[in-house]
Amino acid sequence: MKALKRYPVLVAMILGAIFMVLPLLIVLINALKSPADYSAHGPLSLPHGLHLDGLTDFWTRVNFGHTLLNSVVISGSVAVFGVILSVLNAYAIGIGRIKGKAYFLAFFVLANVLPQEALVYPLYYLSKQVGLYDTRLSLIIVFSVVQAAFGTYLLSSVLGAFPKEIIEAARIDGANSWQILWRMVVPVSRPTLGVLLVFFFIWTWNEFLLPLVMLPSNDNQTVSVALGVLQGQRLMDATMTNAAGLLGALPAIVFFLLFQRTLTRGIAVGAVK
Amino acid sequence: MSARPLRLRNPYALYLIPGVIAFLAVVIVPFVMNIYFSFTHWQGVGSPTWAGLENYRELMKDSRFWESFRHSVAMVLAMAVIPTAVGLVVAAALFDFIGKHFGSKLASVLRACFYLPQVLPITVAGIVWSWILAPENGSLNELLKAVGLGSLQQDWLGDPKFALYSVMAVMVWVQLGFPVVIFMAGLQRVDPSLYEAAELDGTNWWQRFWHVTLPQIRPEIYVVMLWCTIAALKVFGAVYVLTKGGPADATIVPSYFSFSTFFEKTDVGYGSAIATVLTLIILALTTVGLRFQTRSEDAQ
Repeated sequence: MKALKRYPVLVAMILGAIFMVLPLLIVLINALKSPADYSAHGPLSLPHGLHLDGLTDFWTRVNFGHTLLNSVVISGSVAVFGVILSVLNAYAIGIGRIKGKAYFLAFFVLANVLPQEALVYPLYYLSKQVGLYDTRLSLIIVFSVVQAAFGTYLLSSVLGAFPKEIIEAARIDGANSWQILWRMVVPVSRPTLGVLLVFFFIWTWNEFLLPLVMLPSNDNQTVSVALGVLQGQRLMDATMTNAAGLLGALPAIVFFLLFQRTLTRGIAVGAVK
Repeated sequence: MSARPLRLRNPYALYLIPGVIAFLAVVIVPFVMNIYFSFTHWQGVGSPTWAGLENYRELMKDSRFWESFRHSVAMVLAMAVIPTAVGLVVAAALFDFIGKHFGSKLASVLRACFYLPQVLPITVAGIVWSWILAPENGSLNELLKAVGLGSLQQDWLGDPKFALYSVMAVMVWVQLGFPVVIFMAGLQRVDPSLYEAAELDGTNWWQRFWHVTLPQIRPEIYVVMLWCTIAALKVFGAVYVLTKGGPADATIVPSYFSFSTFFEKTDVGYGSAIATVLTLIILALTTVGLRFQTRSEDAQ
């Protein structure tokens, strides 16, 4: 009797999960169709034969290889610099227990929720003034700092729980604060730093507003912006739209599969604090 | 001994120097500039002229402004309230039911499916959905026709009557995975003996959900509600890609309103005023939300 009651829940959950992935499945089948196939059979039929023209057309049209590279360079640099900045801040707040640390923490929390709309025009204006407008460097600087707000907030509470005896012992052995940071604190907090690195990379990869404003030229555009702009121009036919959707989704899905454990663990870490 | 005077101060403060400089340059100075711009008239070239509260007075009379905040409330419903409610049920069903009766492997595969939209760039989600919801040859309309409901076909994103609901539906799809993953992680903390005790008392699944699960993961519920509400107030990319605020402002939100005022109308003063009001609302909400959260944690 009990088994009979279990299956409706299972079926409901599986249907729900299918609904969540269905849009991407539809995109996948349509990205592989020829335009003729698409207009003859509509979006819901399976492809008659494999057609990669949509994908290659889209790839060359937006110079997708270069766009991917831009996203990798920007997101990768932000992940590294953002984590370094977070570690330095959190070291002073969490372990150094500097004066006014509660205020610093509160500041980082608020900086974290600040809408980018309140920064976008001054950043646009300032980057023009200092000659960084339309450079990848400008975004790397801005996002390293923006992401470090969350990183500082999270790491400060992690480092605040760092066993003080270990640090005391190292200090008695003659280690200075710089050595303690790199030889003890960083190696011990490596799991959390790994989570932050992955988070910063993916968050920066998916950012839209600031890259849209700061990187107008095609040469510097990130994947997110290139797709958004192309969509906004409404120049794509159905096959190319699906190719764009598929190629845009693929890197994200690859990261997701690669880092699934780190991600789910990390989200839990972020939520509890 | 010579290092003595330095020791009097906390040497760790030095580690904050790069952070302080970076945050000054990227967050604090731009933020203050934005507030200053909001008190001026400025087209982005030349120098701003002081306008006092004029921009704000104009905002209060601007029906687009009020409209955009009404749509924010709709976004909070779609990105915070509905995903939290549905996410609770899904997480409990996956963790408690699927995980226990069909194995945790299946539960984590299903969880990954629910989380998938969260990892996609929002522009990809936008491209995919605006094509699915397209009036001609859109998958949804084709599907309706295929099952004999052709009369229900709509221009989902192009008709002012439906556009906001369509965007809301897409946002539920985008957001749902976040609460599911957080709540499932939270459920792992819950002491299984609580369930066993409740089970011995002869309670059914729903009663245990209400009286054991919900109170136990209350901290996670607060966090999810707060974060999702903030995300909803900030929503920009989805609106940009799906509707650009249209048709006829039917889906305009504060962030898109300020963006278009900045960069399409180049009315920097007015755009800054919109952004400042949005910021104040978010900061106030965060402060209140965090207070509420700490108090409820202390009370436990």
